[in-house]
Amino acid sequence: MSAIPYTVEVRPDTGLNNGKIAIWLFLASEVMLFGALFASYVMLRVGATTWPPGATYLNIPLATVNTVVLIGSSVTMVLAWASLVKGEFSRFRLFLGITILCGLVFLVIKYFEYSAKFHHGYLPATNTFLAIYFTLTGLHGLHVIGGMAVNAYLWGPGSALWRTDRQHFTNRVENAGLFWHLVDLVWIFLFPILYLL
Amino acid sequence: MSHSAGDRAHDSGGGPASAAAAHSHADVDRHVRSALFVFAALLVLTGVTVGAWFLHLPTRAAIALALAIATVKGTLVAAWFMHLVSEERLIYWMLILAASCFLPLLLFPTFTMLGAITPR
Repeated sequence: MSAIPYTVEVRPDTGLNNGKIAIWLFLASEVMLFGALFASYVMLRVGATTWPPGATYLNIPLATVNTVVLIGSSVTMVLAWASLVKGEFSRFRLFLGITILCGLVFLVIKYFEYSAKFHHGYLPATNTFLAIYFTLTGLHGLHVIGGMAVNAYLWGPGSALWRTDRQHFTNRVENAGLFWHLVDLVWIFLFPILYLL
Repeated sequence: MSHSAGDRAHDSGGGPASAAAAHSHADVDRHVRSALFVFAALLVLTGVTVGAWFLHLPTRAAIALALAIATVKGTLVAAWFMHLVSEERLIYWMLILAASCFLPLLLFPTFTMLGAITPR
């Protein structure tokens, strides 16, 4: 069998379990994905004769709220994982539930932002700034949805694993958390770059 | 260690398993405390980012300041939320590889553009 097993045992050669290596390889590829788009942003901006301040089109108070919401959701994700390590399953569910809700709040606010743009006729085709704005925030939004889907699975049906293999389930939540923190990290850069500069 | 009971069985029994659990509990409590501290720092830095925007600094200074604060915030998230501070070396190498691919990606087009738009 050549398949790499999903085990929670730490391998002596890497010092890590396979799942941890896999999620970090994935996160490294995500850095490249967003990195390429950040590079595009820099190139477009440096090459443009004029560049509108983000506030011309974007709602800074809403984005600030979204930043706080996303940072808060990262903390509750840490608390959810910590609850599992301590064997407190109901607290885990509470904190992961809050994390998912925060993701939902983020998306609802994003929906209002997008609606306002469309209402004013600000579309990706309007200008280069809006094109890169919609590309970056749209891709980030898809990541929020993806992270929420994984978290919702772990909150709901996926949590059945807790009854049979606690360590394995805790490991899954930890890896889902690493992805969620990356989503937070990307937004930390998107917020000033798109809205404030 | 495997438990068959559901919801809220705490590791309270004797033996080596509970000793190991107690050790990891202390680690986790420390981890949670630093996470809450980082949370507070991130909120303050978000406030500083938005506050700096109200100052309407010259573009270059504004970009430098905003990116500096974002880098500090990003480092806090990566170091403590993603616990990179206490991670195995292999992960650092993976990230260094990604960064070493990303930097040329970021810099080459920029240098090209800067060269192309240099006034004669």
